[in-house]
Amino acid sequence: MKTRTVKRLKSDSPRRSAKLWQLRLYVAGQTPKSLTAFSNLKEICEDHLKGRYRIEVLDLLEQPQLSKGDQILAIPTLVRKLPQPVRKIIGDLSSTERVLVGLDLRSAD
Amino acid sequence: MKNNGHNFLPPAVCLPKCPTGIQGLDEITGGGLPRGRPTLVCGGAGCGKTLFAVEFLVRGATQFSEPGVFLSFEETDAELKANVASLGFDLAGLVRRKKIVLDHVYIERSEITETGEYDLEGLFVRLNHAIDPIGARRVVLDTLEALFAGLPNEAILRAELRRLFRWLKDKGVTAVITAERGREQLTRHGLEEYVSDCVILLDHRVNDQIATRHLRVVKYRGALHGTNEFPFLIGDEGLSVLPITSLGLNHKVSNGRISSGIPRLDAMLGGRGYFRGSSILLTGTPGTGKTSVAAYFAQAAAQHGDRVLFFSFEESPNQIIRNMRSIGLHFEPLIQRGSLRFHAARPTLCGLEMHLATMFKEIAVFEPTVVMVDPITSLLAAGTDHETKGMVTRLIDFLKGRQVTSLFTSLTHGGHALQQSEIAMSSLMDSWLLLQDFEGNGERNRVLYVLKARGMAHSNQVREFLISNRGIDLVDAYIGPSGVLTGTSRVAQAVREKAEALASRQEAGCRKRELERKHATLEQQIAGLRSEYESEEMELRRIEEQVGTRTRVLTAERTELARLRHADATVANRRQSKPKSKSQR
Repeated sequence: MKTRTVKRLKSDSPRRSAKLWQLRLYVAGQTPKSLTAFSNLKEICEDHLKGRYRIEVLDLLEQPQLSKGDQILAIPTLVRKLPQPVRKIIGDLSSTERVLVGLDLRSAD
Repeated sequence: MKNNGHNFLPPAVCLPKCPTGIQGLDEITGGGLPRGRPTLVCGGAGCGKTLFAVEFLVRGATQFSEPGVFLSFEETDAELKANVASLGFDLAGLVRRKKIVLDHVYIERSEITETGEYDLEGLFVRLNHAIDPIGARRVVLDTLEALFAGLPNEAILRAELRRLFRWLKDKGVTAVITAERGREQLTRHGLEEYVSDCVILLDHRVNDQIATRHLRVVKYRGALHGTNEFPFLIGDEGLSVLPITSLGLNHKVSNGRISSGIPRLDAMLGGRGYFRGSSILLTGTPGTGKTSVAAYFAQAAAQHGDRVLFFSFEESPNQIIRNMRSIGLHFEPLIQRGSLRFHAARPTLCGLEMHLATMFKEIAVFEPTVVMVDPITSLLAAGTDHETKGMVTRLIDFLKGRQVTSLFTSLTHGGHALQQSEIAMSSLMDSWLLLQDFEGNGERNRVLYVLKARGMAHSNQVREFLISNRGIDLVDAYIGPSGVLTGTSRVAQAVREKAEALASRQEAGCRKRELERKHATLEQQIAGLRSEYESEEMELRRIEEQVGTRTRVLTAERTELARLRHADATVANRRQSKPKSKSQR
């Protein structure tokens, strides 16, 4: 099971090797959860995507119209805009393992 | 908040209400949904939750100038607009004019990974952003339960929902939250726990292959409300709830009369026909002439300037026109003049409520002063007894409210026993005519009774009811020792009576003649006796005359003799007296 998934990822996934990772973190004010999420995200990106990522932090309290575009309900929400397809990870990103799976940086097992 | 008239509580105690504008619902709830609070609308699939919510918003925006926000978790904006356009709601236009904001919230579980703590602040921000720019007073969340499918952590979700409802209340918007009906509780995810101010249950169930929608106000905190299940329907003008109890019994009444078209029937009804604005039930077994009586009334009313609407559930208009021509009624000119209109439909075409709605609409459009329903019993086929009664009540209330005279025919099934439903229905009616068949002597004859006629001295007599090519006529039935006779027996009886009368007349003549004869005989006898008497009297006179003559003769003779004998005069005179006395003796 594991080997097969790894194989597929190795052979046809451009995601891990994608040139630029564009990430958006939606927050609503400087809440503890948002701050935790941001620091967690920063850490994961430094570990796995060093030099290949860009994080955009969007505060819905300042730009509420943005919530519609990415269908944001939960706060904080991390949206992977690039590479395609769009993935969403909700929560304070405290579980690194799940974040990596969610971002497709690690296969679920 | 405007206080609606029939609330006796002082305004301070009274919960402010937010009128929905949905036909009938505001009457049940005594003014609308609780203002500034969330209301839960739950029901199974396809029972009209979304429509309810949309209508609430649209009516709010158009009739009460309260802008609204529709947050849809299921349908996209475009789908929603298309769906409600068929009901005549111009959602797109309202959106353009910034009266309504449509927002489609899309959650795809497969796109979402959950990691750690979160809240639904995004939803709040989004809602707030929709509400504030247009100053929305009404909010719809349809169907919030989609969140349960999209977000895995139910504990967070529940906490957030609680916060959401609190937030909506603080915001002061009147919210409608729709939810799927659950198996053992009102909603699948127990939303009623959070929305505790007002819960409305919609239901769509099938009885005997006929689907009926029902609405029930399960809960309405702090307000009186109708607790019954009310049928409602989705027509082409949106929802309409059809409450029975809301209308009450406070119709205006008229003293005017309207002719039934049959003079003898008018005479039976206190001499002047039906009351205007009253309801008339005409029951009868098959073929007793119910439609004919109705048609007569229709023609008479239409000719006297009334507008007549004829609902036929049995025959097509053309067939009625043809059939009625055979009894001398001509409907075509009346139809052309626009004073008579037919509406024909099969009872099984649609459910009872749909029929009712169609009838309401026809009545509202044509504005008749007289309405016929022929026969009301056909509609029984489209619903249960109970439903039909409810429907008839609503129809009668509606008609009475408009001062429309209505005649309902009702088909009974043979015999004297009246159906339960008719008895139930009759209590709603002001007048009840009964047409019946009498079978006997190898024929059937129709009779008519006036069973009841509220407010008039009506006849208690049975009348025989004749239909000929000249029309309808009522004649007195023969009532005698052998019972009520109709038809040929009545004619036979009349002939028999005539014969008897003739016989007795003849007998009397005979006897009279005999007596006259006897009288004549007696007179003759009297005449005979009289002549006998007269002859005897003549005889007597004659005898008397003879006696007189003889006496005179004798005296003369004696005098002569005396003279001749020359007797001593004195002596002779003395002696003469003696023989004279002797002779006198």
